[in-house]
Amino acid sequence: MKGNEAIGEGAVRAGCRYFFGYPITPQSELTHYLARRLPEVGGLYLQAESEVASINMVYGAAGAGARVMTSSSGPGISLMQEGLSVIAGAELPCVIVNMMRGGPGLGNIAPSQADYFQATKGGGHGDYHLIVLAPNSVQEIFDMTGKAFDLADCYRNPVMVMADGIMAQMMEPVELKDEDRFEIPPRPWAASGMLDHPGKNLINSCYVVPEEMEEVNIKLKEKYTKIIREEQECEGYLLEDAEIVLVAFGTASRICRAVVEKARLLGIPAGLIRPITLWPFPADFVAGNTGNAKCFLTVEMNMGQMVEDVKLAVNGKAPVFHYGRMGGMVPVAKDILQEVQKLYNGGVVK
Amino acid sequence: MEGKCVSYVPIYGVEKRGGVANCGVTISDRQISSPIVTEPTVLVVMNNLSLLRFEHTVVPDGLILINSCLVDSPVQRSDARVVRIEANKEAEALGDGKVANNIILGALLSLTGVVTLEAVEKSLQKVLPKRHHKMIPVNVKALEKGAELAVAYKNSMKE
Repeated sequence: MKGNEAIGEGAVRAGCRYFFGYPITPQSELTHYLARRLPEVGGLYLQAESEVASINMVYGAAGAGARVMTSSSGPGISLMQEGLSVIAGAELPCVIVNMMRGGPGLGNIAPSQADYFQATKGGGHGDYHLIVLAPNSVQEIFDMTGKAFDLADCYRNPVMVMADGIMAQMMEPVELKDEDRFEIPPRPWAASGMLDHPGKNLINSCYVVPEEMEEVNIKLKEKYTKIIREEQECEGYLLEDAEIVLVAFGTASRICRAVVEKARLLGIPAGLIRPITLWPFPADFVAGNTGNAKCFLTVEMNMGQMVEDVKLAVNGKAPVFHYGRMGGMVPVAKDILQEVQKLYNGGVVK
Repeated sequence: MEGKCVSYVPIYGVEKRGGVANCGVTISDRQISSPIVTEPTVLVVMNNLSLLRFEHTVVPDGLILINSCLVDSPVQRSDARVVRIEANKEAEALGDGKVANNIILGALLSLTGVVTLEAVEKSLQKVLPKRHHKMIPVNVKALEKGAELAVAYKNSMKE
């Protein structure tokens, strides 16, 4: 199954019945898949006139209490930022998929991880956060899509599943679990008519009086604090005695796993931390692995974005370096290994 | 089916039929790191431009498998095994030119043993939708023909 198709099937099996989107490489197969699949289960697929329209249709459907999703790649996700900010402000659950490609601007269609800042640090205006998940296999893409819907409902917050062109296009075997078993929690807040709840339900992100706005901000902050406390997710590999700790997510993390194994064969004690949630960033796990580490090396398909979060988590206990390829180039194990050797032999690790 | 890990990644975008388009397949006993293939052990070539572009990436002693109905350029590499198969012609002889791909695949499996022919034959039942199952016999024949041609090649090398 292709990564894009795995998202589509994951969404359908998680009870998502509404999709509004606009095709863009490298995520177009997802729209193709859902255009065929959603009507089969009584759902609605609609190709909007633009990404701006898609995200506002998502806003409407989420407000009415539906499990809803949209997807795009870099340029389209940029167009959606205003809507995302509104959805976060109105506290509506929905899932957004970003299959990253080379940028800035229209860039190209090759795989990239250059939207890390946009996804984890805001993207739209105002104080808000998306929950951001970063799968690194087609199986995980399938599993995480279901999880994304659950997290969105649990926190009434938009959740982004973020991968890159390789993840979107590659094919791997997938075990389809939980066939049509999903539980959608009740939505007493939804603007779905007044039959099932007393009083008016209002979906809104506009608070003209600063005191009222701040109250909402405080409530949001409490929610984000809870998410940071409870939802950090991370995977460690050969960290027990690691002196050089690589940090990478998504496609880069798969390559780094091979690098760690090759480094070990050369007698270099390397290990790998793979953040699975990008927001909340697994800072606690990174901080907990500064004991043996003489240095950290983040490997990203960008000019250095996650490295800032790693630096914050490491908090000066060890130097943090970055290795990146950009513009749609994918790092190769050989080059990363060379970087690891350079750090090891160059006296950073003693 | 044989408990192996597999990944496939296409180079996507502005590709056209007959032009240079490529994809990578990795089969491994262990977890696959990057799905992108930079040093292939086997290269299957289906047009002249692709041969020019990818010939040098093959590992030493690797296999270059050529559909000689589509490729007439000479191979420059002397440290690789080069096998030429008239896949289209053989497929048409079986009654369906469209199974040329499985002629090549049959030869590839026989030459490398990366997975068994039986596993591929069985998987056809699984990956093809029911409405295409009537195509399975001719595809199986193609796989077997490819393997047969590979065996003939191996024998000719022994002589």
